[in-house]
Amino acid sequence: MKILVTAKRVVDYNVNIRVLSDNTGVDLNNVKMSVNPFDEIAIEEAVRLKEAGVAEEVIVVSVGATNCQEQIRTALALGADRGVLVETDEDMQPLAIAKVLKAVVDKEKPELMIIGKQAIDGDNSQTGQMLAALCGFSQATFASELEVADGNAVVTREVDGGLETITVKLPAVVTTDLRLNEPRYASLPNIMKAKKKTIDTYTPEELGVDVSPRVKTLKVVPPSERESGVIVESVEELVDKLKNEAKVI
Amino acid sequence: MSILVVAEHDNQSIKSPTQVAIAAAQVIGGDIDLLVAGSGCADAAEAAAKIDGVSKVLCADDPSYDHALAENLAGLVVELGSNYSHILTPTTTSGKNFMPRVAALLDVQQISDICGVVSENTFERPIYAGNAIATVQSSDPIKVLTVRGTAFDAVPAEGGSAEIEAVDIKHETGLTEWNKEEIVKQDRPELTSASIIISGGRGMQNGENFSLLESVADKLGAAIGASRAAVDAGFVPNDMQVGQTGKIVAPDLYIAVGISGAIQHLAGMKDSKVIVAINKDEDAPIFQVADFGLVEDLFKAVPALDEML
Repeated sequence: MKILVTAKRVVDYNVNIRVLSDNTGVDLNNVKMSVNPFDEIAIEEAVRLKEAGVAEEVIVVSVGATNCQEQIRTALALGADRGVLVETDEDMQPLAIAKVLKAVVDKEKPELMIIGKQAIDGDNSQTGQMLAALCGFSQATFASELEVADGNAVVTREVDGGLETITVKLPAVVTTDLRLNEPRYASLPNIMKAKKKTIDTYTPEELGVDVSPRVKTLKVVPPSERESGVIVESVEELVDKLKNEAKVI
Repeated sequence: MSILVVAEHDNQSIKSPTQVAIAAAQVIGGDIDLLVAGSGCADAAEAAAKIDGVSKVLCADDPSYDHALAENLAGLVVELGSNYSHILTPTTTSGKNFMPRVAALLDVQQISDICGVVSENTFERPIYAGNAIATVQSSDPIKVLTVRGTAFDAVPAEGGSAEIEAVDIKHETGLTEWNKEEIVKQDRPELTSASIIISGGRGMQNGENFSLLESVADKLGAAIGASRAAVDAGFVPNDMQVGQTGKIVAPDLYIAVGISGAIQHLAGMKDSKVIVAINKDEDAPIFQVADFGLVEDLFKAVPALDEML
């Protein structure tokens, strides 16, 4: 079985982002970029399925500018076998990314696609579901457990209030939640080995996909700041303020 | 304009984030139809008809819509939705699950988690864990939107008298089979609708210590939340997580106990009306967003608080 995973290039989760003063976006100059953390969980899960003998090959896809190669190399160092870069300088929105991924799925015919539940830049949480829709596949979002057997995947999902278990027919798209696994760190020998693995590069045009953005960003502003509060000296003072000043208890 | 809101419900009653989505629809303006799709959902449809501001309730009662499986529900919403200018649903795990499927099948770029309506095609939404707010404009003929549960004031659950129209459309793809659920039943209010929340972080040290919060929560009628650090450390289950990767909440009072205030946690609670922080580290970032900060060991402060309530 082939598994397709994604590695979106995003601002590292430790970076405090800054909105540009002209309100056109956030400052991406000299900012550390990483693999989207939820995609890292997807890569780890795929590699574990390969190590367990369930999958034969793990293909990692990234969509974006040339430097997305760095994130593909990271995924290859974590155990993916082969990379695909769909190179474009366009502002890629989830629907366009899902269409590009569908074109790659049509070429590669994976039985399982594991994708981060959301990217920590746009926070859209759309791409996996859209890919499943475009391919006519089943979907299992926000997975915290995944078991593959007999042409099916049994997936435990994180839902409001608890957990839900569903069985989806393969091929299927699974999106990852935090507790699915804890991703490993790449070892130095594996980082060296990753340099020799192949990355195929396409453009959206070569794949026959129209990626023109449907949504235009008019402006980006920082969120409204809260007024600074007070430090109270004791629990008594706190309870008094909550009762008599804020009147919330 | 005509707007379709897809209701979240449990076949008996309508869940409150639906009323927030209806409130957003009212800001857009136009006739608002509410779709109740489920299996044995007549009671939910009755409740839906009473919600203020709803023109018509569409009730699709069929076994294929049980448990809101994305593949089946999306097929229905696509078929009904192509007649509307806007399709909305709340940003819950269910809404996040089926709505992008609807958008892709309609060839529309969905706008997720809107927190403001500027015009019928222009919306505000948080990006980067709420560290920036983007104003975005859609050029698609149908606008597919999910609505942040804390961004609009819910419309009243009573006051309307909409007609209920039965929808006889089946969408059984057979792709997914529902097996079981483990929903944590508790007497406390749900996190996303509670007016008071008390949350614990890594400072709680272990899961057992959350009982300290339980006693306070019982007295205040509060829900109990947790930071991602506490969930990652295995203290409590993930459905208690408040933050960018958990639940977004905005109660009247949010009490953060032993929570340092990582960006991703603040993203989930900083719209709360009053924030209290209890932490022994006076440099913890949580104090920057707190209305009332108490620098004290939580193992002293929380029992003292408990006693005073």
